[in-house]
Amino acid sequence: MLGILRTIFRTGCKPEQLAESNQLEASDQRLEAAIRKRFNGSLAIRQVDAGSCNGCELEIHASNNCYYDLERFGCHFVASPRHADMLLVTGPVTRNMATALQMTFDAMPAPKLVVAVGDCAANCGVFGKDNYAIAGTVSDIIPVDITVHGCPPTPTDIIRGILKAIEP
Amino acid sequence: MRFVVNTWFAERLADHGIHSRFLEDHHPVHMPCLEIRRLDWAQAAELARRMEMRLVAVWAAEAGLHDASPTGSASPANELPLYAYMAFAHPEHRHALLRTELNPDEPAVHSISDHFIAACRMERSMQDMFGITMTNIPDPRPWLKHEHWPLAVQPLRRDFAANEPMPSDAARLHIDYPYVQSPSAGVYEIPVGPVHAGIIEPGHFRFLAVGEQVLNMEARLGYVHKGIERAMQGRTATDGVKLAGRVSGDSTVAHAWAFSQACEYAAQKPPPLRASFIRGVLCERERMANHIGDIGAVCNDAAFIFMHAQMQRLREDMARLHATIFGHRLLMNLVIPGGVSRDIDAADLDALFAQTRNIAAEVEQLRAIYADHPSIQERVIGSGVVSVQDALDIGLLGYAGRASGNYPDERIEEAYPPYDSLKIRVAQGHMGDVATRVWVRFEEIADSARLIGDLLEGLPSGDIANPWKAPEAGVSGFAAIEGWRGEIAAWVRFGEGGLVDRYFVRDPSVINWLGLELAVRDVPVPDFPLNNKSFNCSYAGNDL
Repeated sequence: MLGILRTIFRTGCKPEQLAESNQLEASDQRLEAAIRKRFNGSLAIRQVDAGSCNGCELEIHASNNCYYDLERFGCHFVASPRHADMLLVTGPVTRNMATALQMTFDAMPAPKLVVAVGDCAANCGVFGKDNYAIAGTVSDIIPVDITVHGCPPTPTDIIRGILKAIEP
Repeated sequence: MRFVVNTWFAERLADHGIHSRFLEDHHPVHMPCLEIRRLDWAQAAELARRMEMRLVAVWAAEAGLHDASPTGSASPANELPLYAYMAFAHPEHRHALLRTELNPDEPAVHSISDHFIAACRMERSMQDMFGITMTNIPDPRPWLKHEHWPLAVQPLRRDFAANEPMPSDAARLHIDYPYVQSPSAGVYEIPVGPVHAGIIEPGHFRFLAVGEQVLNMEARLGYVHKGIERAMQGRTATDGVKLAGRVSGDSTVAHAWAFSQACEYAAQKPPPLRASFIRGVLCERERMANHIGDIGAVCNDAAFIFMHAQMQRLREDMARLHATIFGHRLLMNLVIPGGVSRDIDAADLDALFAQTRNIAAEVEQLRAIYADHPSIQERVIGSGVVSVQDALDIGLLGYAGRASGNYPDERIEEAYPPYDSLKIRVAQGHMGDVATRVWVRFEEIADSARLIGDLLEGLPSGDIANPWKAPEAGVSGFAAIEGWRGEIAAWVRFGEGGLVDRYFVRDPSVINWLGLELAVRDVPVPDFPLNNKSFNCSYAGNDL
């Protein structure tokens, strides 16, 4: 127990201010204010991998680590689409995942926000659209609000995408 | 290249009356490809088993167009033969590939699953992708081909229109996959997936449970099948490596390395030594980062959040340094055929050296806390045991194998540069439970850190890449690289114009998923996530 306390003390407080970007001044306050205003302080996110290589998942995980600490703004990842305000979808949508993605979307309550994360979700990336095993981009299957580019996008980009989707 | 022809397996085959022919257009010669008769196929596999060889992979390929009639009379593509391949590895006598010719009209070959149970899913993929009949296969169910696919499609055959959408067969939309069932009234089923509760890849698990205990778990994969093998066809090696690096995004260095090394063997032009050393540094950093992340995740699944937070912090520190030095947090696009795309200067070298040492030291401190924390030890010790014999039977790879008394490590068996000049310490566990798999990962983090230090200290000067020049049509190369999950086997054959004609890759997960299914028998259902994370098999790498 002492070891744990010592390590916590030594590590200190890690969360950082979100880095400013050239396209958008994503500030912590704006994200927090938007979530407080529109979602009563709590934004429930459900992540769906519709065919990704797992690179985007690593970066979504990273957006939860102590540096980015997405939860401090009121965002949390939930286990069921029934609890979710927002869907984060990664990967080109494979033929074998198209139905599952559609069913997940259908199971969500309004406002059914969708953020397509990564180049594959946006345009099928290196796997290509003219591919028998791929049903299309995320927007070919379900309506998409915001697209985040990058292979994979950085955690900061992902958080910025979430902010963009919830700001009126 | 400097290697001598490896005749060991050919001699053993000859001892048992199996005639084999050495294929000249396959490289490298120390991992030779031997052609045998179709009738000898299963017998050769049985012999390999008796010689205590490990099954590496089974796959198929259509003959390239360059294999068409040498007289020049254009032979119709559908008359070209189909080949089945299998690869074995012996701890001392390296890898050997076998090939046999199949009749293109009614392709059939005897299943080898009786001798190597891990072959079964690969054979099922061959049935799905090529329409090859695997005679006597113990489990003939489709694998990658989900129920809604039209029955007749064979995506890796030349006459399949791979660039067009493949509409579902409306009549098959409501067919269910025939999962293993139990007739007992006391057994209930838990279906999980393909969309899981966490931030992970999709796949379906079907549990048969009695009370709290898992009686059987069956994984149903293929949800992220992206047609990678087909999409690789017709690409140059320099373009294709981007795709190979995304077979499994967490293992991008190792997959890009396996693809590049297979290409380099085929072209018979090794990369400069400096490039090999940088690849080694990247691969070991990838190993460290993934083990660190997974140990945190195992602890998280047992509600030991402190460890998760600390490990994710260390992982993020590594990713940030990668972004600074190599321009990519996950090290994508760095390994290319011929070498690497980014060099490191003296300042980078110091930064890598210092950070690696610091992180290894921090991990050791956290390890002491982990080992001294009864509530996590209670959960991991004795949970999800894979016995040494089971691990041997399925040929378990990587840390999962090393936790269960199986120690194949390509850095030692194949000793490709830069590992030929280094001493690898392989952690040797035999308890086969979650605790041992975590222990192996802690050991590997420490050893990788040591190796990175050695590689950076001994970094030779020189170029970082040779210009890439593709080999002639019909030449193939095979490589086996020790990624962080275990051995990645890649086979690449070139066609006309230096374009890749066939790419086959076997991620270690293809085999290790079987290990997870064995491990979770008799564990309580709530311990499944713990076990799943301790294996952390790739879905994308399995489904391709």
